[in-house]
Amino acid sequence: MSDISQQLIDQVNSASAAKTPVSIQGGGTKLSLGRATDLTETVISTKEHTGIVDYKPVELIMTARAGTSLAEIDAELNANGQMLACDPRRFGGNATLGGSLATNQSGHARPWFGSLRDHVLGTRLINGQGQHLRFGGQVMKNVAGYDVSRLQAGAMGAFGVMTEISFKVLPKPEETLSLCLETSPQEALALMNKLAGTSKPITAASWVDGYVYLRLEGASKAVRATAKQWRSKYGLTTFAEKKASVFWQALREHEHDFFAGTEDEKMLWKFSVNAAANHISPDAAWAFNWCGSQRWLVGDFSLEELAGHAKSMGGDVQHYSGGDRHQELSLPHNVVVQQLMQNLKKSFDPENIFNPGRLYSWL
Amino acid sequence: MNTALTEQKTINQAKLAAEFRQFINPEYVITDAETQRVYECDGLAAYCELPMITVLPETIEQVQKVMRICHQYAVPVVARGAGTGLSAGATPNDCGVLLSVAKFNQILDIDTDARLARLQPGVRNLAVSEAAAEHGLYYAPDPSSQIACSIGGNVAENAGGVHCLKYGLTVHNIVKVQMVTVDGELIELGNEGLDSYGMDLLALIHGSEGLLGVVTEVTVRLLPTPEKAQVVLAGFDSVTTAGDAVAKVIEEGIIPGGLEMMDSFAIKAADDFAKAGYPREAKALLLCEIDGTIEEVDQYIEQVATLFKKLGATSVQISQSEEQRMLFWKGRKSAFPAVGRISPDYYCMDGTIPRGELSNILTEINRLSEEYGLRVANVFHAGDGNLHPLILFDSSVPGEFEKTEEFGGRILEACVAAGGCITGEHGVGLEKIRQMAVQFNDEEISQFHAIKHSFDAEGTLNPGKAIPTLKRCQEYRSIRAQEQAKPSQSCGHDHSHEEEVKHV
Ligand SMILES: Cc1cc2nc3c(=O)[nH]c(=O)nc-3n(C[C@H](O)[C@H](O)[C@H](O)COP(=O)(O)OP(=O)(O)OC[C@H]3O[C@@H](n4cnc5c(N)ncnc54)[C@H](O)[C@@H]3O)c2cc1C
Repeated sequence: MSDISQQLIDQVNSASAAKTPVSIQGGGTKLSLGRATDLTETVISTKEHTGIVDYKPVELIMTARAGTSLAEIDAELNANGQMLACDPRRFGGNATLGGSLATNQSGHARPWFGSLRDHVLGTRLINGQGQHLRFGGQVMKNVAGYDVSRLQAGAMGAFGVMTEISFKVLPKPEETLSLCLETSPQEALALMNKLAGTSKPITAASWVDGYVYLRLEGASKAVRATAKQWRSKYGLTTFAEKKASVFWQALREHEHDFFAGTEDEKMLWKFSVNAAANHISPDAAWAFNWCGSQRWLVGDFSLEELAGHAKSMGGDVQHYSGGDRHQELSLPHNVVVQQLMQNLKKSFDPENIFNPGRLYSWL
Repeated sequence: MNTALTEQKTINQAKLAAEFRQFINPEYVITDAETQRVYECDGLAAYCELPMITVLPETIEQVQKVMRICHQYAVPVVARGAGTGLSAGATPNDCGVLLSVAKFNQILDIDTDARLARLQPGVRNLAVSEAAAEHGLYYAPDPSSQIACSIGGNVAENAGGVHCLKYGLTVHNIVKVQMVTVDGELIELGNEGLDSYGMDLLALIHGSEGLLGVVTEVTVRLLPTPEKAQVVLAGFDSVTTAGDAVAKVIEEGIIPGGLEMMDSFAIKAADDFAKAGYPREAKALLLCEIDGTIEEVDQYIEQVATLFKKLGATSVQISQSEEQRMLFWKGRKSAFPAVGRISPDYYCMDGTIPRGELSNILTEINRLSEEYGLRVANVFHAGDGNLHPLILFDSSVPGEFEKTEEFGGRILEACVAAGGCITGEHGVGLEKIRQMAVQFNDEEISQFHAIKHSFDAEGTLNPGKAIPTLKRCQEYRSIRAQEQAKPSQSCGHDHSHEEEVKHV
């Protein structure tokens, strides 16, 4: 547990004075995400900037330094019967809070509980001028000024070095129960969306390897009654809890067989689309999450080709990991939006020192 | 900016109106003072101003053209939804155009499979749930103004409501926004999926108070209507006990659909107004709604009722029918107008605090109430620490509004000192612009200006709102410093970050 914010500010100031690009790193677990830039940049590491700064379980809010590992956060929450409801990918617990927000991580419960972007309440950030700023706060609601904290989600460090993050946590569910059923992908989409349209305590709906998997969490009576009803109505079968929790974790961590090789030579594509959009190109290797609103595809495709599909499905696609990542990872935005993003980047980082090119080639 | 344009950057009302009338139904280009009177303020009537021109475009192309023309002449534009805002965010600019989205009131599509609704910005919040009801769906964020306020206004303010503790604020329930930029370009942010790659401008637009663009379409997420919802209504003999009870519910691991508190003044006013069957003698009242499956509600409602009794509630009632549940809520949802009946005027504040600071802040509000000689009724979104103290005053008494505003400002500053903030859901607008200097330092305010500049370099979109100039901040801070040199009025511990709190 240590506060090295002054050191981080000094590093930013010297990079900015020398106009040299810097790469911001936390646990270094997400080097395979974002664009490969080949820059020989200096690394600014938040890894030593650690520690839970404030946590009152009854407020359902935790504040921690950006370099705090998710393992440490999980342990503290666990001891208090609470959890990171946004359920970021843990990378063996080595992922840091800052890196998780910068890549906007979320787990299986995303459609119901939200992503880290939805749970963040406040941040402290060192901008390109070396100013250590504070936005948002340690309260559930705050609309004073622009929402700079949520803007950090998914920006991959484009705006500066996050030093501290306040976020919402939730009590752990009383009971968890998983169910599964062998189905075609199209049937899976229909079933997942149908069930998500009922007021039941569902917190995961995925399809992989020809099976649909559902998770129920919450008040014991509700979870059990729902499972019973769904078993008889839809022929779902209970997925033994021990095996199920291993399965859900492997799926979240991309350790499931489906993802084999996607950190290296195989290209992994992530679609964010209308959950109920029809399934396309059935012969390819697909897996669905979030009732079908997140769809993974493995294989050699061109971004342009997939982007057309994604658009017709009401969303977009990104080249998530694997393969050659020197190209653009998502289709260029409309020029006006692109200009806004460039302006915004400049407003935080006038010398363009933070992670240049990591998110987009033009940023 | 090309110089030819800068040179011709003045245009009078008649000429501008004539330009607008070339492509907007002339009836919807309003220039006379009398007709424009209805637009002179939003829900905070203390800030009135007549715009130069009011336009009510009917198509997105018309909105784009209006924006282009205004951009060309550097004419300020203020977007207006339903005008229910409570921070004077929609107050017109006297040299500018008021752009009302009132004609955009259509629900464009309800996608029942993916549970999404595509809406024009002028659609009323409640109309969404009403239209979705036949599909067993509803739109969760429910500001108390939901019969009137618009979805575009909700995005602009990141509106909250009594159900936001469990289901999130507006920002959590929107997947896509289409908007027109200051120079008339039409853009889309987000899509029908969740969490796309890259920079999240969609998040930034929420709560931006009409300073970054004009929202022309919103796609919201719909949730399945809960199988069952029930409310526990509990009276307490002190606000502190009620505050502790709120904490205990959370400690039990229960996240209620809504968890609201009112103090004795508000209880009586609301009960007189709504005949809601509230415990009129109670010093504090909690409304705790549990929703979800039948089994979940049965389990938790018992647990909460038992808990409240154990913690010394003076009365505990569980709603026994949908009518009774609606009646319990009616009292709470009509608390503002109800308080309005017992006083010539009231002024609604909107600070937030960490839940644990509740009784400290109430003590401070009571102290200030005596100091200023003005009564206060308190209504809280207790679950998420959002306070709505209603200061009762009489605007016909000279100087009383100014006194009220100053009192309100002190409450907000006390919220900041307690680790909270100056606005939870109503926005800064013109109203809280002074207190921005208390919550943020100059570097932070400058960063906000830089963000604004990224979208609107000339500052013509809703000018003068939300983000104060640095000069104003400095003036305000020095006035406050002088005042504070007099007898101390601070409450609780100091979190002000000009003087850094060192954490070990
Ligand atoms: C009795 C009462 C109770 C209330 N209760 C709540 C509550 O529980 N929770 C809560 O959050 N709020 C509440 N409010 C405040 C208000 O209803 C909300 O802020 C609401 O979101 C405003 O919507 P509107 O359409 O009336 O916006 P307006 O008042 O018209 O405008 C508000 C702001 O949004 C901007 N704006 C409006 N439309 C657009 C658009 N299409 N594009 C860009 N900018 C736009 C305006 O410029 C202005 O800055 C309450 C108000 C009243 C009067």
